[in-house]
Amino acid sequence: MKIAVTSRGPEMASDVDPRFGRAKWFVIVDTETGEFEAIDNEKGVEAGSGAGIQAAARVAGFGVEYVLTGHCGPNAFRTLTEAGVKVITSVTGTVEGAVEKIKLGGLSPSDAADVNGHWT
Amino acid sequence: MKVAIASGKGGTGKTTLATGLAHLLAAKDHLTTYVDCDVEEPNGHIFLRPGIERSEDVSIPVPAIDQELCTNCGRCCEICRFNALACLPEKVMVFPSLCHGCGGCTLVCPEGAITEVPRVVGVVERGSAGELGFVQGRLAVGEAMATPVIRAVKKAIPTEGVVILDAPPGTSCPVVETIRGVDWVVMVTEPTPFGLNDLKLAVGAVRKLGLTTSIVINRSDVGNSGVEDYCREEGLDVILKIPHSRSVAEAYARGEMPVVTVPGYADMLETLAGAVLTRTREAEKR
Repeated sequence: MKIAVTSRGPEMASDVDPRFGRAKWFVIVDTETGEFEAIDNEKGVEAGSGAGIQAAARVAGFGVEYVLTGHCGPNAFRTLTEAGVKVITSVTGTVEGAVEKIKLGGLSPSDAADVNGHWT
Repeated sequence: MKVAIASGKGGTGKTTLATGLAHLLAAKDHLTTYVDCDVEEPNGHIFLRPGIERSEDVSIPVPAIDQELCTNCGRCCEICRFNALACLPEKVMVFPSLCHGCGGCTLVCPEGAITEVPRVVGVVERGSAGELGFVQGRLAVGEAMATPVIRAVKKAIPTEGVVILDAPPGTSCPVVETIRGVDWVVMVTEPTPFGLNDLKLAVGAVRKLGLTTSIVINRSDVGNSGVEDYCREEGLDVILKIPHSRSVAEAYARGEMPVVTVPGYADMLETLAGAVLTRTREAEKR
């Protein structure tokens, strides 16, 4: 299973970024093989508006099943849901730790956005 | 003759001056229209209390996607500067509230899968306050794009007589849209560091648009000499200085026009009204 974790850095040891659309990086992880790829989200960080929507479309393009992040706004949530990606919010700690938690089944998907748009 | 009353900083007295000047000119039997271009929060109506005779919706064209024709090529998302489209692996989503209505996506779609549907973002209202013509734009609640509404307001203004445009504060797109193509920009500022900082930005914008400007220093007896020093150095015409007055603030707070209820205020605006009429006559000669 492939998942995307919002991250402050490009490593598995990096901290989870609490923001989704304006996260510094997305780390795409294959939970079976442990292989990962870090995606720079500079475009999202710099975006005037619609950062969450574009981030959602981008990670959906990697074919992920889950997004693990701190918070997720309404437009991003709608886009991810439409693309069939489940969202898990309130994730903290490192990317590696988040991956372990989902593998152990200790995380459950949200049924709605947990913050308003333009949350910082 | 179109005169825009602008400022960099908000709260310097644009509306007090714009409504006062428009009222004064109309009272002198000059064909005059007051136009509120501060469509995010138009407040000239509070003071002029016009009757509204016509109201027209303002809409922008937003894309509607025929998912049957769409091949998910992604070109619409590539061209959209405003992130209003999301190209997902199997479909394209539209976020109308982010769309600026530029039509780029419709142009680049190779499948003809995009049609444009109008989305109402505001309203233009026309009427009169006594002899004074009145036009205002109102952006719909929750909408972010003021510029299309301002553009519609400017299309609705008469070509005859003096037109006083009450501009939004700042120096961004709504201000540029308001002052573009006017004959004269009157900038209202106050003699404070904030007033000066924002005045410099606004003067920069006005100059870039190739417009002529004059400065009104409101509450001229407070603050410091920074604004006056700057105007002198830059060769800017300070056409009027209005001293601070508690009775003007009180009138404003009651929703009254100081030009009507505060003795002596109308006399101060005479210089400005005279300058508007002189410029109008000169423009008519040309």
